[in-house]
Amino acid sequence: MDILVYLRVFAIGGAFCLIGQILINTTKMTSARILVCFLLSGVLLETIGVYKYIRDFGKAGATVPIIGFGANLAKGAIEGTLENGLLGAVSGGIEAVAPGIAAVIFIAFVVGLLATSKTK
Amino acid sequence: MSEPNKRYLELVSKKMPKSRHLTTMFRAFWTGGTICMIGQAFTDLYSSLPAALPEEDVSALTTITLILITAVLTGIGVYDKIGAYAGAGSIVPITGFANSVVSPAIEHKREGVVLGLCSNMFSVAGPVIVFGISSSVVVGIIVLIFKGAFV
Amino acid sequence: MRRSTYEFGSDVRIEETATIVGPREKDGPLGKYFDKDFRDDLLGQKSHEKAEIKMHVTLLRYLLNKSKHDQNDIDLCISGDLLDEIMGTCLTMREFDIPFMGAYNACATFAESLITAAMLISGGKFRRIISSTSSHFSTAERQYRYPLELGNQRTPLAQWTVTGAGATMLNDSLGTVALTSCTIGRVVDFGVTDSNDMGACMAPAASDTMQRHFEERGVDPDYYDLILTGDLGDAGSRLLKILMREKGTPIGDNYNDCGVLIFNRAAQDVGQGGSGAACSSTVFNGYVYKKMLRGEYKKVLLVPTGALCSKTSVLQGESIPGIAHAVSFEVI
Repeated sequence: MDILVYLRVFAIGGAFCLIGQILINTTKMTSARILVCFLLSGVLLETIGVYKYIRDFGKAGATVPIIGFGANLAKGAIEGTLENGLLGAVSGGIEAVAPGIAAVIFIAFVVGLLATSKTK
Repeated sequence: MSEPNKRYLELVSKKMPKSRHLTTMFRAFWTGGTICMIGQAFTDLYSSLPAALPEEDVSALTTITLILITAVLTGIGVYDKIGAYAGAGSIVPITGFANSVVSPAIEHKREGVVLGLCSNMFSVAGPVIVFGISSSVVVGIIVLIFKGAFV
Repeated sequence: MRRSTYEFGSDVRIEETATIVGPREKDGPLGKYFDKDFRDDLLGQKSHEKAEIKMHVTLLRYLLNKSKHDQNDIDLCISGDLLDEIMGTCLTMREFDIPFMGAYNACATFAESLITAAMLISGGKFRRIISSTSSHFSTAERQYRYPLELGNQRTPLAQWTVTGAGATMLNDSLGTVALTSCTIGRVVDFGVTDSNDMGACMAPAASDTMQRHFEERGVDPDYYDLILTGDLGDAGSRLLKILMREKGTPIGDNYNDCGVLIFNRAAQDVGQGGSGAACSSTVFNGYVYKKMLRGEYKKVLLVPTGALCSKTSVLQGESIPGIAHAVSFEVI
C-alpha cells in the first residue's frame, strides 16, 4: 500500500467533489443536474483522449466519481466501434458500464423492498 | 403584477443568507476524497486476490461494492445524514448515483412494488442513464466516422 | 384595488382550540403550549400520509371532546393541508358526519378557512364552524422536494415543514376572544423563482396585505400587541420589515413570525424556521390563544402566508407567487 497513491486518489477525487460543491453553491443546481454535468464532461474528456492521463494519475480518485462512469461509457463506445463497427457503436458504452447499472437496479430493488423511509 | 420586480429581486439577493462557501467546499473535498480512497482500498484488495482478475473486472467489482455499501447506508437512513454534511462530496462519487436510485425506490414502495417502487426508481437518476447511454452512442457514431483518429 | 377588509365586531368568537404536534415541535420553545403530541411521526401507520390523516382525525376528535360537543353541534368544517387534492383532509373527514368544505391556499390555508368561517357565521346562517389545517414534514418533503433518504444538502434558505395540526372552533356567542376583522389578500408575484426561498416569495404578499389592512381599518401597527406572520422564516421576516419600512408603516418589536417562534433555530437545524399549513395553526391555537386567554395579549394580528408553489409550474419556469390573509383577534 503506497501512501503517495492514496494521497493522489484523495486529491483528485476531492477536487472533483470540490468543483461539484462550487456548482451547487453558485448555480443552485440539483443533484440530478450535477450528476449529468459530470457524466457528460467524463464522456467528452475520454473522447478527446484526456481522461486516461487523469485516470493514470488519480486511480480510484478518477474512477469512483460519476465523471469516471462517463469516461467508462465513452471508452466502451470507442473500443466497441473499433472492434464491431456500427453495432459496437450502439452497444459498446452500455456494455462497459453494464455491471454497475445491473448492480444498482438489482440492489435498489432489494433494498427498496426491505427498507422504509426513516423519521427525520 | 406579473412582471419581475427587479428592485425587489436585487434586495433579495443582497439580504438573504448565502451558502458558506469555504466550509461547504472543505467538507465536500475531504468527504469526496475519502470515498475515493475507500474505492482505491477495494481496488487494491481485489487486485491482490490470488485469482489475478483483469483490471476491468477489478474496477467493476469496486463499483459494485461501493453501490452495495451505499444502498445499505441509504436503507438504514445514514446516507442522507452524510449527504447533509458533505454536499457534493457524497453526490459526485458513484455512491451519490446509487443513493439517488435507492432513495426513491424506498420512498415509493408504499404505492406498490410495480407502480411505486419500480416505476419511480429512476425518478431522480433517470437523466444520468438517458444522457450516459445516448452520449455513448453519439461518441460511437463519431468514432465510426472519424475512425482514423482513434486507432 | 377594491377594499377587502371586513369587520365582524364581536359576532364571531373562538369557543375552543386544539393542537397536536410531532416530536421536533414538542421539543421546541413552544412545546408546553401544545395540547397533544406524539413521539413516533408515523403514529403506527404504514405511511406518512396515513400518519397525517390519523393526526388530523385525533385532533378533531380531541377538539369535540374538549368542547363537550358532538358532531351534530357542528354546522361545518373548513379544513385543508398541503397534499395533492388536499387528500389528507378529505380522507380525514370521511371519519366524521360533519358537513365539509376543503380549502387550499398553501401555508395560508388556515387564514382562508378562518375568514370563510367568520363570514358564514356573521351572515347568521351558521352557528358553529371548525377551521383546521394539518401538515407533516415527511409528506411535504415528498410533495414538493425529494425522497427522504436522498443525500442532498438543504440550502441555508430552506425551511422545515411543521409536523402537526391545529383547529379552531368558531361560534357566534361563546368565548372571550373575538375574530374582529379580516383582510383578504391578493396573489402577489415579484418574480422569485427559487423554490427553496419561500420567505422571499411570500414577503411581498405579506407586506401588501398588512399595508392594506392598516390603511382600510384605519389603525397603526402599534394598535396590535402582537403581529404574527405565518412562515416567512428568519430571513423572510427581515425582508418584510424592510418592505414595510419602505412603504412608511414600519413594524417594530410587536412583530414576530410563527416559523421563527416554533423552533429553536440555533439548536434544531431547521434552516430559516418552520413552515407548512400547520405552522400558523399550531402556533396560534396553542401559544397565542392561550396567552390571549391569560390576558398577556389583547389585540393580535395573524397574517398566515402561503407560497403558491407547484412542482409542475416551477419546472415549467414559472416564478412563485405568494399570498397572505390578515385576521385580527381581540379579547372582549
